[in-house]
Amino acid sequence: MHELSLTQNLVEIAAEHARAAGAKAILSITLEVGDLSGADPDALTFAFDVCSRGTLAEGASLNIRRVPGQGCCAACAATVVCRTPTVVCPACGALAVTCIAGTELRILELEID
Amino acid sequence: MCLNCGCSATGTADAHHHDQGSAPAHGHEHEPGQGSRTLHIEADLLAKNNRLAAGNRARFQAAGVAVINLVSSPGAGKTTLLERTLTDLGRTLRFAILVGDLQTSRDAERIAASGVPVRQINTGAGCHLDAHQVAHGSEAFDLPRTDILVIENVGNLVCPAGFDLGEDHKVVLLSVAEGEDKPLKYPHMFQAASLLLITKTDLLPYVDFDLECCKAFARQVNPQIEIIEISCRSGAGLPAWYGWLEAGVALKRAPSAKRQE
Repeated sequence: MHELSLTQNLVEIAAEHARAAGAKAILSITLEVGDLSGADPDALTFAFDVCSRGTLAEGASLNIRRVPGQGCCAACAATVVCRTPTVVCPACGALAVTCIAGTELRILELEID
Repeated sequence: MCLNCGCSATGTADAHHHDQGSAPAHGHEHEPGQGSRTLHIEADLLAKNNRLAAGNRARFQAAGVAVINLVSSPGAGKTTLLERTLTDLGRTLRFAILVGDLQTSRDAERIAASGVPVRQINTGAGCHLDAHQVAHGSEAFDLPRTDILVIENVGNLVCPAGFDLGEDHKVVLLSVAEGEDKPLKYPHMFQAASLLLITKTDLLPYVDFDLECCKAFARQVNPQIEIIEISCRSGAGLPAWYGWLEAGVALKRAPSAKRQE
């Protein structure tokens, strides 16, 4: 549900950078979305069509790069895949996993004209 | 001008909105460029909210006010908890309350009956409060003469988790009528919270809620989370909650001697 405000931020940030670079239009936006970020890529894409209307980003393609959730267990030192935010280690069962990747929610690059 | 965000508003958080990045017409056409270019920007989508939240936090810190962000699904008992807390602690601690809801000022009216300063923020369609709304919403309060600011967030167990408001702690409420598996189903919120209040424990004899299981699930997503079981109806557990609040206020008071009325 909060993808709408995240997408408004996305369009605002992209337009600011594009304007500063003297762009006439944004052709594409590359966005990194972690699996543990709490944001749904489909909902972001859906909201982008609406939020970008009348802005420099209208008509731009939104390329989303997903980042898998990854954690490290302090008990057994295993590097584990995290599909949800949890501290339970799938390898040894300890409550000792710290997330090391997957919370990203950022614009990587803009292609401008 | 708004000093927090640079907007031109002088009034309340909901009295103005910001340009969402539209390109204003500026009276001339640009020459065709040299083709497309790539800008590497690496910009976090939550950066603006996080910057405003840091500003709020600094302002709250300077005023020596403890700030709690109350979050839960709709109906878990946030407003009832506030009413009861204000009745019991309103004479010993100076409260200010910010209430977020999509529509109506019903919660603010309930809380205003206690005589405590209260402001309602209507988010319209917004599913959470953000740091900008809290910056403007808290302007009306005399923060140096406030011990604790409680922000009652929009009832929603999903979206408020990602939006820092500048609070010291998120406190998540989960009522026993909701089911013990909520911490696993909505892990982001339970991970972000410092304290879990399991509410409506007077209903335990009538519902299938496994208390120990719920606590274990909460600790699976957040081993550091503190847990207090309460019932606003019977009063069970409330002294522990009040103790937690008072400890938070004492921490804030210690560094800066608070101005007394």
